[in-house]
Amino acid sequence: MSRITACLQNLKQQNKKALIPFITAGDPQLEVTVPLMHRLAEQGADIIELGIPFSDPMADGPVIQLADERALANGVTTTHALEMVKSFRETNQDTPIVLMGYLNPVEVYGYEQFAQDAAAAGVDGLIIVDLPPEAAVEPIKLFDAAGLDTIFLIAPTTSDARIARIAASGRGYLYYVSLKGVTGAGNLDVEGVNRKLETIRKTTDLPIAVGFGIKDAETARLIGENADGVVVGSALVKLIAEFQDDRDTMMSKVSEFVQSLRHGLDQ
Amino acid sequence: MSQNERDFLNTPDDLGNFGPYGGRFVSETLMSALDELEEIYLKLSKDPEFQAAFDKDLAHYVGRPSPLYHAERWSEQLGGAQIYLKREDLNHTGAHKVNNTIGQALLAKYTGKRRVIAETGAGQHGVASATVAARLGLECEVFMGAEDIKRQSLNVYRMKLLGAKVTPVTSGTKTLKDAMNEALRDWVTNVDDTFYIIGTVAGPHPYPMLVRDFQCVIGREARQQCQDQTGRLPDALIACVGGGSNAIGLFHPFLADESVTMYGVEAGGLGLASGQHAAPLCAGRPGVLHGNRTYLMEDGAGQIMHTHSVSAGLDYPGVGPEHSWLKDCGRVNYVAANDDEALAAFRNLTRIEGIMPALESSHALAYAAKLAPTMTRDDIIIVNLSGRGDKDILTVAEIDGISL
Repeated sequence: MSRITACLQNLKQQNKKALIPFITAGDPQLEVTVPLMHRLAEQGADIIELGIPFSDPMADGPVIQLADERALANGVTTTHALEMVKSFRETNQDTPIVLMGYLNPVEVYGYEQFAQDAAAAGVDGLIIVDLPPEAAVEPIKLFDAAGLDTIFLIAPTTSDARIARIAASGRGYLYYVSLKGVTGAGNLDVEGVNRKLETIRKTTDLPIAVGFGIKDAETARLIGENADGVVVGSALVKLIAEFQDDRDTMMSKVSEFVQSLRHGLDQ
Repeated sequence: MSQNERDFLNTPDDLGNFGPYGGRFVSETLMSALDELEEIYLKLSKDPEFQAAFDKDLAHYVGRPSPLYHAERWSEQLGGAQIYLKREDLNHTGAHKVNNTIGQALLAKYTGKRRVIAETGAGQHGVASATVAARLGLECEVFMGAEDIKRQSLNVYRMKLLGAKVTPVTSGTKTLKDAMNEALRDWVTNVDDTFYIIGTVAGPHPYPMLVRDFQCVIGREARQQCQDQTGRLPDALIACVGGGSNAIGLFHPFLADESVTMYGVEAGGLGLASGQHAAPLCAGRPGVLHGNRTYLMEDGAGQIMHTHSVSAGLDYPGVGPEHSWLKDCGRVNYVAANDDEALAAFRNLTRIEGIMPALESSHALAYAAKLAPTMTRDDIIIVNLSGRGDKDILTVAEIDGISL
């Protein structure tokens, strides 16, 4: 059983929801990412999504675009992201890590090499935003062989037939994109999310995490009522950006925020 | 031609693949919209009524067929092959771009979407999109890099006069690739009521196929006109390649004609060796960007690189996937012309033929000026004069140190 599946089963037994924060590797500085990951885990994160920065993040809103630009200005590459995970694993073997990014950096790294190096570093899952299951048939074989869960997105526009196909390809959990839009958009429709979750659950037993547009304890609580986990990215990255020049304050602000999300979810 | 070499004649396959290139690499939110577009297009492309409506608009709104003009003085000056110019610059709105926007506007109308969006580099596709939107009464928003807005102010104002909203894009390199990112973000957000008019033969399937099909009118006409005027097929075709829609439009109807050699001319910028260019086919490698696998300008970590060209319309780090396949198959030769060579061709054609070409098209002209003298006076070259140069007057004046 993968670390992700074990984590989500364990939470389910405790009747708890997974808190899944997202940060971009190397934002705002290279050396801050590993301490941030530890902080997220200590304050109640169940799974951490670590973004690999890309020059053309076409599914992301302005907050994560800027995070990618900062990280790239720091020279961050896929290799750096893998090294960060390896370093994190030296003292944390429990918290699953999911790398999230776009296809081209993986394509350039080489699928097989990437799968091997990611697994060796201690990565548990992958979300490649612009790799739909139709195009992922061969990569999934390599990721499976390396013990990596390939996590796919389902959108409000996804048809029932596609949901079945995506669920069949998906490993670990399914990521439901809560709204039509980019990351960090403001048009979250809780009722709509609940209806779609009901539809997806008719097709699959995979846990479902919901992301895009969840920005505080209240939205986390509302979505957490029906989802198995919530992903919080832009709101966290925005906070990191705001205090990027003052590391101590940034760390304490991040702690407060993650605690509040945890509290919202555990209500 | 061997079986393998002929693989380029029946592309793309059902999944939008041109050999290993093309495909559909987008976020899940857009998958259903692309499925829907593919279904509608496949149905309408076989519908005689739709084709008749398209042909009628091309004839009476765009002004087709565009002439094939024998540039006799220029051919004489070069002292080699006879050069014929396919005059896409004489189309309504001044470039080949309108062939495609007419087609996609008909698709938009059929789908009942009330709003269209477009990305633009030089502004020609933005103008062509704003034009068809005005004609059909559709809301139109054009995304344009902040850098390009500065160097193409005339086209920006044209779009505004046509009723379009022009939204500056300030992320990334602030040029065409970033405009395309922003258009994709808008489309994800407004997918229910918005039709995305992509301006070139790139992007996710079915765009490279349908844009090509709409642009093939260029090559079909040129093939017939050349036979009518000279009694035979040309020996060589030359077109500039940014995304590559004017080139594929000219080349595609000739692909099976083995005697016709083809040259796609990329933007060499300050020279391929300088790294300051926009020539992925000449100096890049395959990767995935904007929904398709194709040759890209990228660094060792897979980040897309900043490109440079004097012409905003060629300033793009990718290229249509069909060109990538035609390169690998060896059917088309891809070369580059530098900024200086394009500017020289711009000035020369203006003075010797009284035709002011777009800086994009000037890259094709620059290569023709090299190729023609190596051929005989009986040889025939067709150059796609993809757009007119009025929009570039400010850029050229600035290079001349003149403020207008």
